[in-house]
Amino acid sequence: MPKDGGIGASSKRREDIRFLTGAGNYTDDINLRGQAYVFFLRSDIAHGTINNIDTSAAEGMPGVVKIFTAEDFAGVGGMPCGWQVTDKHGEVMQEPGHPILATGKVRHVGEPIAAVVAETLGQARDAAEAIDVDITELPAVIDMKDALKTDAPKVHDDLKNNLCYDWGFVEENKAAVEEAFQKAAHVTTLELRNNRLVANPMEPRVAVGDFARGTGEHTLYTTSQNPHVIRLLMGAFVLGIPEHKLRVVAPDVGGGFGTKIFHYQEEAFVTFAAKACNRPVKWTSSRSEAFMSDAHGRDHVTTIQLALDADNNFTALRTDTYANMGAYLSTFAPSVPTWLHGTLMAGNYKTPLIYVNVKAVFTNTVPVDAYRGAGRPEATFQLERVIDKAAIELGVDAIELRRQNFITEFPYATPVAVEYDTGDYFATMDKLTEIADLAGFEARRKESEARGKLRGLGVNCYIEACGIAPSNLVGQLGARAGLYESATVRVNATGGLVVMTGSHSHGQGHETAFPQVIAEMIGIDESMIEIVHGDTANTPMGMGTYGSRSIAVGGSAMVRATEKIIAKAKKIASHLLEASESDIELKDGAFSVAGTDKSVAWGDVTLAAYVPHNYPLEDIEPGLEETAFYDPSNFTYPSGAYACEVEVDRDTGQVTIERFSAADDFGNIINPMIVSGQVHGGIAQGIGQALLENCAYDENGQLLSASYMDYAMPRAYDMPFFSVDHSCQTPCTHNPLGVKGCGEAGAIGSPPAVVGAVVDALRSAGKDVTHVDMPLSPSRVWAAMQ
Amino acid sequence: MTQVNMTVNGKAASGDVEGRTLLAQFLRDSQGLTGTHVGCDTSQCGACVVHVDGKAVKSCTMLALEADGAEVSTIEGQANADGSLNVIQQAFQDHHGLQCGFCTPGMVMSAAALLKDNPKPTETEVRDYLEGNICRCTGYHNIVKAILAASGQDVSAIAAE
Amino acid sequence: MYNFDFVKPATVDEAVKALADDEAQALGGGQTLIPTLKQRLASPSKLVSLTGIAEMKGVSKQGDTVVIGGGTTHRTVAEEAASAYPGLADLAGRIGDPAVRNRGTIGGSLANNDPSACYPAAALGSGATIVTNSREIAADDYFQGMFTTALEEGEIITEVRFPIPKKSAYAKIAQPASRFPLVAVFVAQYADGVRVAVTGASNNGVFRWSEAEAALSGNFAADALDGLTVASDDMIGDLHGTAAYRAHLVGVMAKRAVAAAS
Repeated sequence: MPKDGGIGASSKRREDIRFLTGAGNYTDDINLRGQAYVFFLRSDIAHGTINNIDTSAAEGMPGVVKIFTAEDFAGVGGMPCGWQVTDKHGEVMQEPGHPILATGKVRHVGEPIAAVVAETLGQARDAAEAIDVDITELPAVIDMKDALKTDAPKVHDDLKNNLCYDWGFVEENKAAVEEAFQKAAHVTTLELRNNRLVANPMEPRVAVGDFARGTGEHTLYTTSQNPHVIRLLMGAFVLGIPEHKLRVVAPDVGGGFGTKIFHYQEEAFVTFAAKACNRPVKWTSSRSEAFMSDAHGRDHVTTIQLALDADNNFTALRTDTYANMGAYLSTFAPSVPTWLHGTLMAGNYKTPLIYVNVKAVFTNTVPVDAYRGAGRPEATFQLERVIDKAAIELGVDAIELRRQNFITEFPYATPVAVEYDTGDYFATMDKLTEIADLAGFEARRKESEARGKLRGLGVNCYIEACGIAPSNLVGQLGARAGLYESATVRVNATGGLVVMTGSHSHGQGHETAFPQVIAEMIGIDESMIEIVHGDTANTPMGMGTYGSRSIAVGGSAMVRATEKIIAKAKKIASHLLEASESDIELKDGAFSVAGTDKSVAWGDVTLAAYVPHNYPLEDIEPGLEETAFYDPSNFTYPSGAYACEVEVDRDTGQVTIERFSAADDFGNIINPMIVSGQVHGGIAQGIGQALLENCAYDENGQLLSASYMDYAMPRAYDMPFFSVDHSCQTPCTHNPLGVKGCGEAGAIGSPPAVVGAVVDALRSAGKDVTHVDMPLSPSRVWAAMQ
Repeated sequence: MTQVNMTVNGKAASGDVEGRTLLAQFLRDSQGLTGTHVGCDTSQCGACVVHVDGKAVKSCTMLALEADGAEVSTIEGQANADGSLNVIQQAFQDHHGLQCGFCTPGMVMSAAALLKDNPKPTETEVRDYLEGNICRCTGYHNIVKAILAASGQDVSAIAAE
Repeated sequence: MYNFDFVKPATVDEAVKALADDEAQALGGGQTLIPTLKQRLASPSKLVSLTGIAEMKGVSKQGDTVVIGGGTTHRTVAEEAASAYPGLADLAGRIGDPAVRNRGTIGGSLANNDPSACYPAAALGSGATIVTNSREIAADDYFQGMFTTALEEGEIITEVRFPIPKKSAYAKIAQPASRFPLVAVFVAQYADGVRVAVTGASNNGVFRWSEAEAALSGNFAADALDGLTVASDDMIGDLHGTAAYRAHLVGVMAKRAVAAAS
């Protein structure tokens, strides 16, 4: 059993107390003295030329403080893109400008055209309606393949066409892959769509800008997963404010799921407007506004082919994907279908030859960027679905086909440029077989059939790369940022600790889990440790939370800083104990001299550090505070096996999830309760993608799923109780905690299991179906049965 | 502006509001009770659920003036008199029924309304009752488990993790 | 929302007077109207709340009729009509979610006549009488297409009278996002015949499926509907289902309602 409060304990979350009593401090709870409110007038057409914006009638409306249009931002930079992809010909991607307010043209429904700052939000909105915008509507490009036709309207007139990049990976393998396909005993081809999603954290985005005229300091309060990244991007590239004059605070944040990574126009606007209006300016997104201004996720159209030899060994894989970028490049958009997608195409299998082509396309839609899993769900979905289809075509068991092709030796260098350090795919599949009771499936199917329902089983594997990422590597791949993480550990005189981390918690429970690590290292109670995050003014420069990186990278930084603390504390202890430093041992919160009963308590050492009367001042400085920046040497590679059982209503096509089981290998685990919660949430989002969620546009670029009336969010009754297990643990070999990360796995691993289960159910009724595109709405499933 | 008077968490609360002021706005902006959250504008997410005269309502879909004279309870008034978590709140912490915390006030208020009407709900009844409360973090597993536990039912057989 | 004046009369007469102003609008439970106002799709200068009118609330059984006040919430109908008219109570108890049912009212729902609302199916399927401050309207005359009714400006639904059937049931499949009916069918068997009302499906709002009524009046059994189909021409086709799918669901839901009727 793990020690209470240490690594491996399911410590209850301390942050829950404030959330359960209404005492959280979310950005919309922040109201500054004298604040004004902004309402953005957003485009209601997808593509058009702005001829004129007449604000004269609106200027005189009650409560109006100031109205902004693009002209007000003439000297200001545009929204930056944080990743530059180089295409298969060695050319850099086409990178359009991205203004804060629409300039010359509007390019998607929801693009902000003008902004009204007023005394109240109602007044701002009233005035916005009085702005007269003269726009000549242009034909919109919505479908990606249409957008690449030579006569297609251009989203950006200053670009050659609507192709952002045409990426080939690994280009040098292409010929060998072609040859392998020619020699293949069997080739399975699958065309599919990975549906566009909206992340929908329950807290809509909010931004409050403030400017202190006395000091010249700007402060932005914002719903961000990474306040330092926002400070760097906005300060350096958009507004030209040096970091020491710009503070970014992301307080309690109500979920992120990727969509709160990015730097958005509204953040830059309120920061700029607070100075221009000489008063704080607040923006609170409505949910309807969020649908047309939060970056969307997924939206790939793919053709994947798997080549097998006569013994059903995978010999080659090739995939062609069209990836929707939307109208502009959101902060990390170019990396998602490339380095977070192509590098995962080996999956759990020893396929020797792989070629990935991705065409990233501009369309008149909201920008698309990372959403929980980001590229890895798209890779997993197509790979696992094509394996299922191959098993059907070959008449073999799909689980056995997977097992036969599992990678068995680690470390394993894939043909798509990454090296898996550890894993045991048989172990997770065996564990899944047990917890999902796969042996009992046929009996359950018969029971369902007796009730007139079709029952199906879907099983798949996944691997992902997270704990992002080695900075030198991602730099070579086009990242315009480092991906280290930071921690400052401050020990107070009486022995308590404060950890200032660059990681950001918006549901992940860092305030509870991070102290467990230090409690274990020092041997003190976790309650003596406090986590500070989310404010650039009191945390070291860090890159924030996404890509399941916080414990693997942020936690490692904290371990490194704590190791420095312990090393220095041992020096102090050796002085106090008059013993050699090499003989000092730290155990259960006390320093002792090996082989003796001489010891000094943690608190005595920390007190000595700050009251250095009896202290080796000639050798070491007073105080006990250390900072570490940790840059990982590799990604981490969580993996697992998932099983879904569904029932399908023959008459209506309605699908219900009857059982869902997940066996994951996350390496070492800090807090099992929190890990399970992360997996539950990920699975629910994966089930949401597979059954319910669909962000849809009509051919004119109007958003059809523009509110919860048409975008189907998973409800409690859409879910069963899940069975999740993370007892299969192959610890990561290259970070000090042996951890891999668990935040995205559920969303990556679950969609193919759901689709596989529905296909299996339909096939059990004799329907010749091998794939149905997500979401598997009743309407689509019914259609597939006809 | 019109003055509205109500009782919120047992204390008199009044303020000047417009006709269009929503109860959620009155609680958050006028009374500083920011535990009630607004997560959508189509009356679906339920982050804003409070009790008005003992019944769960969506405070973003009720005008403040409609609550004139009413007894209103919010998340801020749910803890025990000594400040400790009440049974439902404690069950949410014990069973990890929240992550980001944004939907949590509405979940707790809906759970309280459910258990008042139906002290020993089945799993299905809990899930059905939560139709109007959307959570994006938990997959509902631990929320449903917490509510069952808060009702005094044994949840040890429900997948622990 | 645009701003508006708010009044909350205590009697029907006061409410009628308040609604005589141009641009005044009645406010029931607000569960549809308030979201509509938030989107600025309506701009009344005055909202007349009907929630303070005691005479418009309550459920009572009068002979073979259930009488429901126009300002009665879905929750109250679900609880108080359960013994007299279980099919109606079941429908009311499945509208929206619990918080919506605590505010939303039968009068508000019928006055709005959303093509995907539940209550219009019960009212039409029961041959109910819509009673207003000035007259009585038969359900067959009341529903006039989506969001359109026989109500005049300023007219208030004060009560709805439902003849109690021998058997009835409501079968619904929810639209995955809004959880309003994608298609739902209310079936009620009376001594003089069977009524079948369909909501969610048609571009013209709630409608009676007369072929099904004829078949069921002869034989009140699900298989009496075998082979019957509705034309998909006027069915709603959208993101959530094609017109053909909705037409198919009408048959499925009708059968399920008959099978469940009690």
